[in-house]
This record gives sequence, structure tokens and C-alpha cells, in this order.
Amino acid sequence: MSSNKKYWKSVEELNENSSVVETLQQKEFAEEIPVDEFLGDKGSLESSKTSRRDFLKYVGFSTAAASLAACEGPVIKSIPYVVQPERIVPGVANYYASTIANGFDFASVLVKTREGRPIKIENNELAKSKGGVNARVHASVLSMYDANRVKRPMIDGRNVSWEEFDREVTGALDGVSGDIILLTQTFASPSTTKLINEFSEKYPNVRHVVYDIVSENDVLNAFQAKYGKRAMPNYDFSKAKTIVSVGADFLGDWQGGGYDSGYAKGRVPTNGEMSRHVQFESNMSLTGANADKRIPVTPSQQKAVLAALYGYISGGASTSNLPAKIDDAVVKAASQLRDAGNGAVVVSGIPDVNAQALVLAINEALGSAVMDVDNPRMTRQGDTEKVFQAIEDMKTGSVGAVLMAGVNPAYSLPNGEEFAEALAKVDVSLAFSMKPDETATLCKYVAAAPHYLESWGDVQYTTSDFGLIQPTIRPLFDTRQFQDCLLKWTNNNKSYQEYIKETWTGNIPSWIQALHDGVFKATSPVELGGAEVSETFNVATAASALGRPSEGTGLELTLYTKPSMGAGEQANNPWLQEMPDPLTRVSWDNYLTISESDAKALDLENINVSNGALNGSYANVIVDGTLVENVPVLIQPGQAKGSVGLALGYGKKKGMQKEMQVGVNAYPLYKKLNPVQSVTVEKATGMHEFACVQLHNTLMGRGDIIKETTLEVFNTKDVHVWNSVPEVSLDHVEKPVTSPEVDMWDGFDRSIGHHFNLSIDLNACTGCGACVIACHAENNVPVVGKTEVRRSRDMHWLRIDRYYSSGRTFTDDLEKKENISGLGNSLVEFAELEEPADNPMVVFQPVMCQHCNHAPCETVCPVAATSHGRQGQNQMIYNRCVGTRYCANNCPYKVRRFNWFSYVQNEEFDYHMNNDLGRMVINPDVTVRSRGVMEKCSMCIQITQKTILDAKREGRVIEDGEFRTACSSACDKGAMTFGDINNEGALIREKKQDDRMYHLLEYVGTKPNVMYQTKVRNTTEA
Amino acid sequence: MKKVKYRHSTSRLLLLGVAFFISFSVLGIAQEGASQESTGDGQEQTNESSGGSSEADTAASALGDPAAGKSLFNSLCAACHKPYSASIGPALHGVTERREMEWIYSWIKNSQELIASGDNQAVAIYEEYNQTAMPAFPQLSNADIDNILAYVEQPKPEPQAAQSSGASASGEASGGGVSVNVILGILVFVLVMLLAVLFLVNKTLRNFAKASGVVVPEKPKRKPIWKAFVENQFLVLVTAVFGLLFIGYFAYGFFMQVGVDKGYQPIQPIHYSHRIHAGENEIDCKYCHSSARTSKHAGIPSLNVCMNCHKTISEVAPETATAEYSKEFYDGEIAKLYDAVGWSPSEQAYTGEQEPVKWVRIHNLPDFAYFNHSQHVSVAGVQCQTCHGPIQEMEVVYQDAPLTMGWCINCHRETKVRMEGNEYYEKIHEELAKKYGVEEVTVAQMGGLECAKCHY
Repeated sequence: MSSNKKYWKSVEELNENSSVVETLQQKEFAEEIPVDEFLGDKGSLESSKTSRRDFLKYVGFSTAAASLAACEGPVIKSIPYVVQPERIVPGVANYYASTIANGFDFASVLVKTREGRPIKIENNELAKSKGGVNARVHASVLSMYDANRVKRPMIDGRNVSWEEFDREVTGALDGVSGDIILLTQTFASPSTTKLINEFSEKYPNVRHVVYDIVSENDVLNAFQAKYGKRAMPNYDFSKAKTIVSVGADFLGDWQGGGYDSGYAKGRVPTNGEMSRHVQFESNMSLTGANADKRIPVTPSQQKAVLAALYGYISGGASTSNLPAKIDDAVVKAASQLRDAGNGAVVVSGIPDVNAQALVLAINEALGSAVMDVDNPRMTRQGDTEKVFQAIEDMKTGSVGAVLMAGVNPAYSLPNGEEFAEALAKVDVSLAFSMKPDETATLCKYVAAAPHYLESWGDVQYTTSDFGLIQPTIRPLFDTRQFQDCLLKWTNNNKSYQEYIKETWTGNIPSWIQALHDGVFKATSPVELGGAEVSETFNVATAASALGRPSEGTGLELTLYTKPSMGAGEQANNPWLQEMPDPLTRVSWDNYLTISESDAKALDLENINVSNGALNGSYANVIVDGTLVENVPVLIQPGQAKGSVGLALGYGKKKGMQKEMQVGVNAYPLYKKLNPVQSVTVEKATGMHEFACVQLHNTLMGRGDIIKETTLEVFNTKDVHVWNSVPEVSLDHVEKPVTSPEVDMWDGFDRSIGHHFNLSIDLNACTGCGACVIACHAENNVPVVGKTEVRRSRDMHWLRIDRYYSSGRTFTDDLEKKENISGLGNSLVEFAELEEPADNPMVVFQPVMCQHCNHAPCETVCPVAATSHGRQGQNQMIYNRCVGTRYCANNCPYKVRRFNWFSYVQNEEFDYHMNNDLGRMVINPDVTVRSRGVMEKCSMCIQITQKTILDAKREGRVIEDGEFRTACSSACDKGAMTFGDINNEGALIREKKQDDRMYHLLEYVGTKPNVMYQTKVRNTTEA
Repeated sequence: MKKVKYRHSTSRLLLLGVAFFISFSVLGIAQEGASQESTGDGQEQTNESSGGSSEADTAASALGDPAAGKSLFNSLCAACHKPYSASIGPALHGVTERREMEWIYSWIKNSQELIASGDNQAVAIYEEYNQTAMPAFPQLSNADIDNILAYVEQPKPEPQAAQSSGASASGEASGGGVSVNVILGILVFVLVMLLAVLFLVNKTLRNFAKASGVVVPEKPKRKPIWKAFVENQFLVLVTAVFGLLFIGYFAYGFFMQVGVDKGYQPIQPIHYSHRIHAGENEIDCKYCHSSARTSKHAGIPSLNVCMNCHKTISEVAPETATAEYSKEFYDGEIAKLYDAVGWSPSEQAYTGEQEPVKWVRIHNLPDFAYFNHSQHVSVAGVQCQTCHGPIQEMEVVYQDAPLTMGWCINCHRETKVRMEGNEYYEKIHEELAKKYGVEEVTVAQMGGLECAKCHY
């Protein structure tokens, strides 16, 4: 049942005596307007030489000056093309299919360009389940307009021309003694592989070493051993009935990521069925947050869990020495897996070749149709041993040249300093780099590399699925891509574009079609990752090796990647820095996540200061003698006791704007590229100030925001039981709040024309945050920076609220209390009741303006700057707004955002909107807001209006599915459905009639046009 | 902002009023002048036409009928040839002296055949004009060709004719101004004289009185009028109220026109005359402003669009020149286009040296207002002139409409939505027609007054 469960956003809210929570519930704006700050105190006012008369003089003069100046507008120049390209019509967007392949993210994208400049990344819907267009991919367009890029080739820090660069480099390569090491990212590109082979023919001493910053070495090794190909198995989670994950964050970046859309399809209850997902993990990950059942286990226990699971599935008895509770969960999971037939799948993120081999064996034993080994993923090729061998060779001096492309080893290797020393011993060091990063600054030669939106390329996602990269803008700087350089240096006069075309001619039916679609199916003309099958792998030995984990004494650290930052390729991207982590809701930082009990033991604490901002202790983290100092500590509900977590990708210093140099670099702890390490954590002095939106926008104590039920209740009980419409009293008779007679307002007829509704399915939403960034890009939402976010002044129009709840309902709690027998038992169970933070359940809820038909904000605006349209949109008129903020105070959903400052061309907010390059990403169809006005989600009225206009121009009726918003088209999970409720047969009508449908705070009577679908959890145990 | 001309500014209206008043009072004289001017024009026209026909007569006797030749030339040859200067093909004037008539006949009827036959002259001219093949005209008889040649062999008309007519026209125009000024001057002079006479008479009378000893009785000293005014508090109050209202009215008027640039007529880097293109030559607006059909921007045409025509039109016709702008001036502006686009008229080739033209934008909407041309042009079928004024008459474009929100809204209130034949509107039209009980729905009834239709 939904209504009597306690949801909380922060541990602080569980503290009944917290004054902070109380304050925030009473006030919309936690801080008073800092009048003293800009007026100064009495003393300084009195000592000031400016008298009241002077002040009035200044005011008078400036008013007169301003009004005089206003009489003359500026002369605006319009400069048309001299020769206009045929396909460019000013004011009309063009779309091109392309592919991002930066070594970490591989995804097929659609690039929206205006007047020849890319402004937004969208899903390529022709590409079926090819890598996820996640938040980072959506944000990647801004990384191109980065003012800190390398703008031209350099030798010893001196700008040179490409002719000189070619001459110098080929001269140096010809004269090199010893090996030439080509250290690159995973390109997964047939043409690049072919080209590197040709390069090796010219220079026989070339050694190509592929280095994945975040390694998938173990799964690659396991797969190679079993199937003879250096690849990763592919999974189709939409076919899954039971998913058991042991430490695999497969909704995050696990094995290349992009599995979330398939997963979400299986999560929506259809015909009374949905998949069951059991997660064993140590860090609270996005995947664990979405699981039906989550068991916090330490990394070493994970191995035992996997071994035990294998034991149970293969019919053996339990041999594990796991705690009884965990063992019980494993037994149940195993039996559910067996029941699920070929819909069962086990995945694991344990960085151990035995574990990965065991996963392959288990899935094979289960006959899983979810795992696909015939068409495996090629998007990770890195070989850890070869990388470390290369560094050893560099140290001995047997290496004459190192060419690096797409990697930044000086930053991302655990032994970055050692690498730097080794690099100094190499005569010829060259980096193809977009940034003057840690590695590029060490290199003699720096080849300015273009962004993927300025490049050509081909990508092999899987054995039979391919994608093409095409440029969408002329290179902004004097850059040349890696492949073009290799072509030049192998005396090939072709451009890389021609080279790719030549690779594929004869292998695909139509080059133009492939380029148009961005994806195609084929067999690769160049073999990638081929290798022989090793001797038969003994699964039993692997299982027993796993089953006997070496018991470490200290805490166990699991390094992970955040959905926003990934491995840190785009650390200089303000959109990503400001995107709050889905779980901790912290932006602009990484931190050590720790369980509450461990934190207590180590005397580490998190406190909320008076305005709701979060402070955390610092800790020193030591792995194997390597010390990382002053890591902020964040207490994470659900973190397994005895484990800690830390995100990679932060703490970059070189080639970064000062504001973006945040967080600590966790790569020194990434020993042997193994994310699991045994650590010692010590308290350090000082408190860290987090920019956490955790306690912001509390809902005035109105807890009934989430509706949640179980699959069992959903299937068996009446809808009124689990999704009842709230009732209000009219003449002492309880009436549903939706009935017209209880309404204070006279409704309008909304059945004519379009009327837009948005449905958000809490079951399909994984909380990934792609919509947040898409909204940022589409609507020119400003970045405000860490200090402003800390002051609750974040500007996201769309936020994804994360709610924790204890795993039980209140009724369950009561039941449990009644059934307690005996003292011994009661102590344990009471303790459990008191510790909801140990292993909470999580719900993600995207919240944007609800576009209420009876909007509270509209009635309080003194200047009618916010009004209601017939199409259901609550309109915010910036040029009319005078900034009273009454509307924000009166909004029950806390979705209105105030421009406290001008965030454009303001030195105080030195992000992309403060430089000419960064402003190129601004969407010309949306106003850039100025200081002192309110803004909020417009339901992407610029997109709906464009859809309508297109239809009018073409003289046709608008089909269902044509209307979309930035968030609904960014969500490849299908969690967001947008459409015209007056269009018969529209999907959104079905959604509105759905039993699961509810409105946020329905009893307020706002009649929102945004609806939610009740979260259903599959709690069915075997 | 440089404001060259305000069409309807107050001072202008005042001046016009005064001028009207004066001209009214001297109606008789003005009418006389006007009738003289019109007869002068008529005489000139007859002179011109008679001159032309006499020239044609002489040419016809030599080759054929130049009048018939002119129409043939314009329909078949003018795309690539000009009589007196090289274009895509060579100048045709003097061709009868350069070539044999038989050669000309065979060349025109099928030039490729002639080239293929290895004729030296033919091959040479083919090479000279970048191997641009001239289409064959087998349909032309020798007589037709004679007519065309008769037309092109007419001697180049002396530019003086146009100049002199231009000069006379300007003379007439300024003549009108002078005459008004002269009348005004005379009037002022007469008034001054009258005043002087009055003063002198008065003085003389006083002198007479003094001399004859007549004592003019002293008027009793009255209370000064300002003092009386100040003492009457009611009057002060009323005056103050009216004064404030007066000031308020004008202050409001002043502030309401801030940022309204109606009449804004900046000087453009190239003097592009919409009068010539859209007016005289009746080129469709959307031929050049093509994106008005599909985009929110009407778009300033890129220079390659200009070159579609101006590749062959390197100079204006003499008739195009006006009193204000001579033919040389217009030709100079076309030369500016060639400089910008990098076209060498002498070599008939692009040099590749381009210099984008920095036009001054006239119609500026604020950033927070969204306006889409295609919505109005393609969907609603609104004429460009509805908002941009008589663009086909504008030598230099100015902003005709105030482009204020009130102006937009007014039109949205009054305009009926054009729905016929547009499937999109079928359902909504039916429903709205029922709701409002009208057959035709206005933009406002469609929701065209909602804020966020234009502000987002």
C-alpha cells in the first residue's frame, strides 16, 4: 500500500529534532535576502563619505542617463553567407547521425545543428540498443566549445604549422631507435585498425597497446578464454525475467553501459508481469537503487555470493560461509533464477577473471537468452598487462617513441608519476590531445586533436553492428585527427574520410544510406580483437577460488564511475559538473561514501548547517602505502558495512578551468586497474562544504509524493487499495478530490485543440539523468557553480528527486513489533526498525513544472507574468516578470527557479555562457534569461510549437508521437511519454486511463498536466 | 542608431501643414505651374519616341526590322548576350562587321556543328568563352536573324538623352521647391514691410501729437495679469492640473516611442533598391528571401542569389536612373556586389576573393519575442507588404510598421485564420466554429494572444 510509508530525502530528515528540516519545510528560500551584505553595516555606512544627497544625485543622474541612452538602440549588423550552402536554411535545424566513441562512451547519436553549429545531441532512434545516450553523451556537445582546448599543433610548447609538425615527427620517427609504442584508447574501429596495421608495416617496430582508462580486462580475458575473441558478452535485459547482479552497476557504466533502456522495458508491469531484479553490491549504485531487492555485501563477500550462486544453480549444496541472511538471499535468488528459464541472467562486476568466467558459465548453464555471446560487444579492447609492460619497457629505455591518442595516462594511471618519469626517458613523445592535459604537457609533440563532432570515423559496437562518425561542423581550431595524421605519416594522400569509404565499399549496400542512418549491419572487413581459445577453463576451480576469499582486515574500497562524470574525459564540462549525482544528490564533487556505522566508528560525520547545506568530515584514504589526502566523506545509506566507495574522474588539474578543478583524484588508488582495494581510512581535520541539493526543495512536509506498491498487491488488489484518489470533506461528506463539486475554480473547456500531458513512469525511470542534461541543452539553463548550488540556487528545470524509504511499510513495522517474542530477538529487531538508513529502498522521481490547470503560481503573480495556455502549458513570460518570487513561494512542487544573478557574460559565473565559444551551444529558439526573473520548465513549448507549425505548413494532421519534449526524447527508457490528450488514440490517453496513474499532491487540487505512474516493485520471493 | 528619416515625425507633419496652408493660399499660382510642368513632360515623351522611330527606320533599310529583332533578341539571346558589352557571350554590336553573314547564319542555327567542322573562327570564339556552348536555333530563318542583327547594330544610344531628361526632371522637382520658397520669402518680406510701416506710422502720429500738444491720457495702472493669476488659487490649481496632464501626456508619448524604430532607414553598405527589383522588375519577394517560406527568418539573400541574375546584368538600363540616383551610381553599386562576391566582370569568372556584406538590420525584434516568417508567409499567406509596407516603392528600405506588441496583437485580433484546404485545421476549425458560433475564426480565437505563443 502506498500512503503510509515514510519517505525521506536525507538522513537528516530521520532526526525528528532537526531544526534544519523544520526551517526548510516552512520556507521556500532558506536564506534571507542578504541586505546587510550589499548595504553594509551601520558603522561602515556612517563612515562612508557618500551622503544621502550624493546618493540621490547619483540615482537621478543614472536614471536620466539610462533613459537617454535607451532612446538609441544599437546598430545591428546582419551578414549573410556569400555563397550559402544548399542545405543550410537560417533558422531551420539540420540533423546528422553520428557516433560518439571516446573510449569510454560509445553511442549512436543524432546531432542537431543550427546554421552549421551543433547545439544538441539526441538519441538516434534508428540505432536499436547501441550503447546508451546517457547524460555525458548529451553533454558532449558542450565539450567541443571548450575554451581550454589545444588549438594548434605544438612542439616543445611552441606553436607550429602542420607542415612543420609532419616534417619534425616523421623525421623523428624515421630516426627512432627501439620500439614505437602506440598507446591508444579503444577505438573499436575497423578502419583505424587497418590503418594502424599499415603504420606498423612502415615502422615495423610499432607496438599497439590499447588502454582503457576504466578497465574491463577481466571480462575480456574470461570471454577470450572461453570464446576466442577479445570482447564482452552482450545482454538484452528486455528479455530478462530474473536478473541477479553481483556488484554489477549495469544501469551505470558497467561493461560499456547502455543496458538501461532494455532493462526498463522489462520493468514496466504488463499483463501482470515484470522482471525481478536482485542486487548484491557494496556501494549504493544506480542499479542497486532500482533493484527489487538489494543486499549490501562487501566486495569480498560478493565473490563468495557468486561462488555460492554457482553452487546452488549447479545443484550443489551450500559451501559458503556467508552470514545466514545473505546466504538465504542467495538461495532464494538461485531458485528464482532456475524458475525463470531462459529469462534468467546473472551479471557481475567483480574485477576477477574467475568471477567473470563463472558468470559466463552460470548463464550458459541457465540457458540464458539474455546473454548474447555470438554478437559480443567490441567497445572495450584494453589490455592491462600490456599497458604496464609498456611502462616497464619505457623505464628500461628500450622504447624510442610513444604516441598516445585518446588517453591521458599521466592522470589516469595509478602510477601516473612513474609514467611521467618513464616518459621523460623516451626520445619521441607525442600526444594527440584535445586538451593541454597532464600527459600532453609532458610530451614534446602535441598534435591538436578534434572533437568527435569535427571528425570522421567508424565504430564497431558488436560483431555485426557498426556506426559511422561524421563531422557536423568545420574544425573550430587548427586540428587534425589521429587517423589523418597516420595517413600523412604513412605517405598516404587520402583523407580519412576517403579511407573509411574505401574500407566499406563492397561491404555495405550504400555508403550514403549508412552515413544517413549512422548505423548499419555488416561483417567487418577487418578483424578486431581476434584471439585463440585458451585451454578449457575449469569452472569448478574458479568457483572454489572465489569461495575462499582472502579476508582483508581494513575497509574495502570500490572505485566507481558516476553517471555524470564517467572516467573524467569531460571533467571540464560545467553541465556535467553541476549535474547532481542521482543518489547522493551532490554536485561538483566526489567523496568517500561510507556506511553510517563505519562513519561512527571512525568519528566521521555529516552535518546540515542552518540553511540546509551539507558539510562532511575529511578523511585520508590509504591504499597500499598510497595516500590520498582530504577526501570529503559522505554517509551513504545502503553502503555495505565494511566497505567504502569513491568516484573516479575527478581531481583533474591540467587543461581545466579553475572552477572545474574540483574533487580528489582517485586514480592513484586504482592499483593494477582493479577497482576493489583494501583501504585504511583516517579522519583528517576540517569539514568539507558540499554542494548538495539533498534538503533543497523540501515539500513542506507533504510526504505523499511517491506512490508505491508491490507486484502482488498490484495484481490482486483493487486499484483503490494501492492508488486511491485522495478525498476531501464537502459538507461533511468525503468526496474524491477530482470530483468537480469540490473544486474552488471554474474549469475551462480544454477539449479543443491540443492539450499536452506528460506521463512519467516511476517503474521505467532509472534516475540516469540524461533528461536533466537534455533539458539543460535545449532550454539554455545556466550553470551557477558550486557555491550557488550550495545556497539552494541551482537552476535545473528538471530535477530527479531521490527518495529513500525503509524496506517495509508501516503496517509491516507494526506487525513486526507485535510479533517480537523474547528479549534477545527484540533487541535485534528493534535495532533493525531503528536503522532505516542501513539498506533503504530508493525511488527516483523526475519533477519539473507540473503545468497545473489550476496553478497556484498564476494567481499570485502581481504582473500576470505567468499564465495558462490553452494547450495546457503554464507559461512563464520572462519579459513581463518583475521578480517578486511570489509564484515560487506558492508553488507546491518547488519547480520554479529564480535568476539571482545574470549568468551570462558575467565574470562571476565563468562557465560556458561567459565566453564566445561556449555561447555557441545556446539554442537560438529559447530566450536567455536575465537577472531578476523567474524561470521554469516550459514543457518545451518551442518544440511543440515547431511541430504544430510544420504540420500546418504541410497541411496535415499531427500523428501521435510527433509531439515531444527534450526530456521525453532524451529518455530511451520510455519513462516519459508526452502527447496530446485530445488526440484520440494517443498513447498519453492510455497512460492517463492507466490504473497506476496519479498526480503529484492530488489533494491540493492543482490538476497538473504532468502525471506519474505508480512504482511497482516485484517483491515476489521464490 | 542612425535615423536618417522619420516619415511621420511631428515636425514633419507640422511643416507639411504649414506648407499645405501656404500652398492653399497661393493655389492659383501653384496650379498654373503644375499644368506647365505636365505639358512639358508630354512634349518630351513625344520627342523621344519620334527620335527612336527615325533611328529604327534607318537601320531597317540596311538589315531588317529592328522592332521585330528586339523582341526576338529579348526572348532568345538576352540571357547570354548584350548588344554593347560582353556577357556570357560576346557583345553583338558590330558583329556584322567582324563576321561574314553566312557564317553568322550557320553559327546561330547550329554553332556546335560549325565548331565540329573545324571552322577556325568558330573554334577560336568557343575557346575564348570558356567552351560555353551556345544553343542551336534552327527555328530562326535568315530573315529573323537579319532582324536581330538590325536591332543589335543600332548605334548605342547616347547616354546624354537619359542624363538630360534626368537633369530636367530634377530641375523640375527643385523648381517646385524654389517657387514655394520664393513665395514664402515674398510673403515674409511683405509682412516685415507691413510691420515696419505700422511702426513708422505710429511713431509719426505720436510725433504729430507731441508737436501739436495733444496729451494722450495716461491709462490707470492695472494690476499685472500674472499677479491676478497667482492670487486666484482656483485658476492656479486648474492650470497646474492641466499642466501636469499636459506633461504627463507628452512624457507618456515620449516613453512609449522609446525603442520603437518606425521609420528607421539606415544607410546600407550597398545601395540595393527594392523599387527596381520588387517594383519595376516585379521579382517575387520570396525569390530572394526564400527562407521566409520555411524558416523563422526571412533571411537576407546570400550573394550567390544576387549573382543568379547579376552575372549577366552588370549595369542598369538608362531608364532605371532617377533624378536622385544616376545610372553611374547604380552601376557602381552593382560593382560593389561584384567586389563582395569576388566576380570579375571583365574575365566573367570568380576570383575567389570574397568579402561578406555587412548589412544593417532594419527590423529588429527583441530577443524575447519569437516571430516566425513561415507561419505568416506560408501558412497564413500574409503578404510581405502587410508588415513591411510598400516595399516595392522603397528606394531605401525603412521600417514601415512600429513592430510593437500592440501592433502584433491588433492584427491577431482582426485577422481570420486561413484554413481552407489545410487538413491541420479541419478538426479545430469545426470545434472552434461551434464554440464561438462563427464561420471564420480569428487568430485570437485560435489562441494567438497567449503570451507563450511568442515569448519563450
